[in-house]
Amino acid sequence: MNLSSKRKLVNKIALTLSLLAMSFGLFWLVWILFTTLQLGVAGLSLDLFTKMTPPPGSTEGGLANAIVGSLILVGLATLIGTPIGILTGVFLAEYGAGSWLAHATRFINDILLSAPSIVIGLFIYAFYVSQVGNFSGISGVAALALIVVPVVVRTTENMLLLVPNSLREAAFALGAKQSEVIIQVTLQASRAGIMTGILLAVARIAGETAPLMFTALSNQFWSLNLNAPMANLPVTIFKFAMSPFPDWQQLAWAGVFLITVGVLALNICARYFFRDEIQR
Amino acid sequence: MKKNAQKRKWIGDWIFRNLTRLFALFTFLVLAGISFSLVYASWPSLQKFGFSFLWTSEWNPPMERFGAMIPIYGTIVTSIIALIIAVPVSFGIALFLTELSPKWLRRPLGTAIELLAAIPSIVYGMWGLLIFSPIFAKYMQPALTATLGNIPLIGQLFQGPAMGIGLLAAGIILAIMIIPFIASVMRDVFEVTPTMLKESSYALGCTTWEVVWNVVLPYTKIGVTGGIMLGLGRALGETMAVTFIIGNTNFLNSASLYMPGNSITSALANEFAEAGQGLHTAALMELGLVLFVITFLVLAISKILLMKLKVGEGSRT
Repeated sequence: MNLSSKRKLVNKIALTLSLLAMSFGLFWLVWILFTTLQLGVAGLSLDLFTKMTPPPGSTEGGLANAIVGSLILVGLATLIGTPIGILTGVFLAEYGAGSWLAHATRFINDILLSAPSIVIGLFIYAFYVSQVGNFSGISGVAALALIVVPVVVRTTENMLLLVPNSLREAAFALGAKQSEVIIQVTLQASRAGIMTGILLAVARIAGETAPLMFTALSNQFWSLNLNAPMANLPVTIFKFAMSPFPDWQQLAWAGVFLITVGVLALNICARYFFRDEIQR
Repeated sequence: MKKNAQKRKWIGDWIFRNLTRLFALFTFLVLAGISFSLVYASWPSLQKFGFSFLWTSEWNPPMERFGAMIPIYGTIVTSIIALIIAVPVSFGIALFLTELSPKWLRRPLGTAIELLAAIPSIVYGMWGLLIFSPIFAKYMQPALTATLGNIPLIGQLFQGPAMGIGLLAAGIILAIMIIPFIASVMRDVFEVTPTMLKESSYALGCTTWEVVWNVVLPYTKIGVTGGIMLGLGRALGETMAVTFIIGNTNFLNSASLYMPGNSITSALANEFAEAGQGLHTAALMELGLVLFVITFLVLAISKILLMKLKVGEGSRT
């Protein structure tokens, strides 16, 4: 074989392998989604949304308390984490820019963004739960909020940096103070992008299990008390999936279906928002 | 009148600026809080076992003797398996997305790979335990034993009962979970390679593979390493998926990757609820501290490498 055909052969092999790698990735996505749909849809019923999680020994029940608990935890965590994240992002993009404080904050924030969520759970446990003496909904909210903040900081900063400087200069030329420029011009201009960040943050915490195991724990009963353990979907799924009862596993699959559909819908919505932003 | 309004505006401006600064400091506070409270909560264990905690393999709650070697071993081995699988696959995906795929397919395919990262880890865990592991035990493990199992030296890694769960299965699930992170960083850094460089090599008669291997990869190697470190950081700290499938045992006396084991995260997830206050909780907290220190270092290196690439980008063009 001469050199030229050998090079062409190597090229063909490499490109075929690259195609295979792509299929390898897609294969798992399709397989996981297929299983989730197949087994999850089978478990869907009205009981799922109206009945409480079954007590040990019983098989009758739904996920009503876990679904409501998850909505409360995720909702409150987003409400608390978002403003903190946006204000920090504003500092990084508008005020700090080149200062050492901004550099250091950006560095730490990016590490917290990828840090294991189980560590956040341990932190809240050591800092609050073990001091108070009982697991509670509010500590779950705190843990999830700490996961929301870095996601929102990152997207807010990135989106603000996309705003053209001429817009800021025009507002300054009209006599606006810097805070007015930020609130009325740059934040307005990057609204859709920041919304994307918030949606991604919600998607991220909706399926978080590890931090909740050390904070909100789980609750078999209906409870809206934030100072008591609070039922939530991920921990309930964990408990039921590991159980030997087929009915409980069925409930776990239904829960997995709800979370997966919710998270994927949020991700796709987020991308849709973002594309609008870019096109404008 | 007018002066007052001006003054109020000025005060508002000052408040807003310092409010944003305050919340930037909040980030430091979180980092300090995590470090301090983990050290504080694991103090009894730190004091009693010292550094020997890291290489003692006995984990015996009734006797109050704790050593972290087996969970640390499990965490490192599963992460290495994950990287061995995920790095070449991610490279292939990034190559496909940047050089091979038709333009109209790039976006949907890229999104599909990113969705792999969006699936919550508990879904990976439940799917891995109930769907993947029976199939893995029935078809893939016997096949691996029959092929790789016969190679001298590394053969013993692939010997043993095919249970479907264990270190190897956990590593494979982790690989699927970190592929999207590594692949998207690789794709992004491949795209910053100047078109001029690539076109010059094509003009000299290089094949696509030669351009990627000899031009794009050397140009972006810092960023690629950063992406791999990011994936490693993710793999080390992954909790739920590993907890479901690693087997959760603190006894390990064989080199086989088919054996069940434990990782730092799965030990925490399984034992924390049952641990009484005192030395057991403190030892678990120390495990958390070890995990935090390792992932912090790995992620910091990743971040520094990726920043270097950004600086280099500016100076070279």
